[in-house]
Amino acid sequence: MTHGFDSPQNHFQLFGIPASYQLDNAQLELAFRALQAQVHPDKSAHLSDIEQRIAMQRSTLVNEAYQTLRSPIRRARYILALQGVDTQEETNTVMPLEFLMAQLEWREAVADAQQARDAEALGRLEARMKDETDELEAMLAVKIDGEHDYAVAAGLVRKLRFMEKLAEEIDSAYDAIDL
Amino acid sequence: MPTLRFNMALLQISEPGLSTAPHQHRLAVGIDLGTTNSLVATVRNGISVVLNDEHGRAMLPSVVRYALDGRVAVGESAQAAQSDDPVNTIVSAKRFMGRGLADIGDTSRLPYRFVEVPASGQTGQGGMVQLRTVAGAKSPVEVSAEILKVLRARAEAALGGELVGAVITVPAYFDDAQRQATKDAAKLAGLNVLRLLNEPTAAAIAYGLDNASEGVYAVYDLGGGTFDISILRLSRGVFEVLSANGDSALGGDDFDQRIHCWLLEKNQLSALSPQDTRLLLTLARSAKEQLTEHEEACITAVLSSGEVINNVLTQDEFESLSKNLIQRTLQPLRRALRDARLSVADVKGVVMVGGATRMPQVQHAVGEFFGQTPLTNLDPDKVVALGAAIQANLLAGNQSRDDWLLLDVIPLSLGLETMGGLVEKIIPRNTTIPTARAQEFTTYKDGQTAMSLHVVQGERELVSDCRSLAKFELRGIPAMVAGAARIRVTFQVDADGLLNVAAREMGCGIEAAIVVKPSYGLSDAEITRMLQDSTQHAQDDMQARALREHQVEANQLLEAVGHALEQDGMLLEAGQRMRIETQMRVLRDTLLLTDQRELKRAISALNESTVSFAQARMDKSVSQALAGKNISDLEVK
Repeated sequence: MTHGFDSPQNHFQLFGIPASYQLDNAQLELAFRALQAQVHPDKSAHLSDIEQRIAMQRSTLVNEAYQTLRSPIRRARYILALQGVDTQEETNTVMPLEFLMAQLEWREAVADAQQARDAEALGRLEARMKDETDELEAMLAVKIDGEHDYAVAAGLVRKLRFMEKLAEEIDSAYDAIDL
Repeated sequence: MPTLRFNMALLQISEPGLSTAPHQHRLAVGIDLGTTNSLVATVRNGISVVLNDEHGRAMLPSVVRYALDGRVAVGESAQAAQSDDPVNTIVSAKRFMGRGLADIGDTSRLPYRFVEVPASGQTGQGGMVQLRTVAGAKSPVEVSAEILKVLRARAEAALGGELVGAVITVPAYFDDAQRQATKDAAKLAGLNVLRLLNEPTAAAIAYGLDNASEGVYAVYDLGGGTFDISILRLSRGVFEVLSANGDSALGGDDFDQRIHCWLLEKNQLSALSPQDTRLLLTLARSAKEQLTEHEEACITAVLSSGEVINNVLTQDEFESLSKNLIQRTLQPLRRALRDARLSVADVKGVVMVGGATRMPQVQHAVGEFFGQTPLTNLDPDKVVALGAAIQANLLAGNQSRDDWLLLDVIPLSLGLETMGGLVEKIIPRNTTIPTARAQEFTTYKDGQTAMSLHVVQGERELVSDCRSLAKFELRGIPAMVAGAARIRVTFQVDADGLLNVAAREMGCGIEAAIVVKPSYGLSDAEITRMLQDSTQHAQDDMQARALREHQVEANQLLEAVGHALEQDGMLLEAGQRMRIETQMRVLRDTLLLTDQRELKRAISALNESTVSFAQARMDKSVSQALAGKNISDLEVK
């Protein structure tokens, strides 16, 4: 484990990895496991109540930090928050018209596929959605790590939030078909 | 099975905290509290073994019979009486754990007299169902506690001493109320619960350590009354549950029911007595078991009316009778894979767990789904208890050759009721535990001083389709204009998968915290009442027991703190050290007396005095990065 930071201020420092949007997932996972191997409540189940409580709090924190960094959208949101930039996902509803139109079309296509109980159509939609999500994430990497353009990055996070909701709809469409 | 060895290097890091003295083997067991059968296992000389009863039987039928004179029979003898005395002989009590009458559905096919229990305390919903017996109304928690007591006695006799603790297994798909009920049953049986462990995860430990497996594995666990599917990734000594799904009301019992219904139809029977119902269910089960090895099974019986039953059930017929039950297990399977973002091709092996997986049609369906032959090289009835014992040995702090880390998940989403009876999810399913999430709420009316919160568990959008865990009201919010108060609600799920909810008013520094137990859980007072009911000289026994427990705890604590001071005393300032040593002296003095309350006070005083020391010790081995953080620092999103 390498923790090259004197004062632990954020999740990246917790895992001893560089604070950038692009990250080495394998390195993150290794660091996560090494930390959990130390703090997981199973390691102190035979110790006093207080030690068990501390272990639970720390293990909770490590899990939370890991989940935040592992997810591209949460990681971006987190980096922006560290930079003092609010992604305004609840308040800023101004989106490019064509993006919103595309979203509407997506939703209709998902609803149609569910109606027709067409799992293959859902699969195609899922693949397309995945491609678009990958594209948005690639742009995020450029805006955050390369250009430090956090305002544009916040807009991309808002778009990704739409894609995340779309993914949830595809999931529930799968569930509905499977009933 | 693959033969890669674990690389343990990553995990060979010294243990944090106040470690106990080495080389002292602490007696710990794993208990599989099953719907149909229960088992207890322990690690002896490094090997996990199931402990048999005096007749050499490993499995204890999960059957409890209450007699008029107050005697309680558990296991084989109770099972033998179930057709004669079905009302007082409780089988499959696990199906009623944490459940209200409304959850049970059609009670006419069950030979019990159910008692609906009114809500207790915090919730508007009905409480856990009870069963009326000659010995009074019994909750499923009390019935389960009787089974656990027998297993505890069996283990203590076999191991020659008092248990330090036990790992109790639960279906992965058990919700909070069912988990809490299980923990309450263990408490009632006098067991110290080291951990509630998910059954498929326990099986994975037994399999994984035995075969040194690496890769993604699916555990298909069809027990007597519950079905679980877990997808795990095993690598370098880490068992990581990626997703869990299931049906906590589907199991081998349902296959018996199908045969039972078939018998009713074939013989045009209706409205049977409890005795006849139980008789036919028992025959249905043995027919099911026969069909595992034979092409057909004969079912013959004489009913109380004198009517004679004589039918032959073939394997093919049974397969078509049970076809949609098996289909019902495939849907959770698909969901678990999708949640893990994996496909069938990613799964390296499929582990079969639970007696019901012996049915050929189950093995066939699962094999077809995954495109590979399922693994059955460990006894599907014993593998859960064996895995639980291995984990219990680790949790008790015993030295072991291997070290491993278990990362489990919460199976069902947790949420709060919002406007219009909708659910807002706070913690999504398959989140790795322990976990916490905080959410802020505000008042919507001027001068509003109370706010009610309704905690639910489940995946559906409507509150009415989810399980209600707790309703509580937060009072004493300072009167302010609408939207000014800030109420922070924290959900904490611990390593047992149990939820605690705390609410705090943060607006003007006044903090009111409330801790909530699920509405189907029992309050401490109820458990105390049950403990009293269950012993003749309840008061004296309990006090003596409590005193003895505190004495043991005090000695362990003194030993641990002494050991820690020796090892890491240099981490302390003189003043801190003196405070700890003073509390140690007080505790030693108190040990000479027999006042359990004083003793308890002295124990917690010593504990409190070591908080920062314990933190310092943990930080010594962990990165400084973790120091001083707690749940309230978590990101709120």
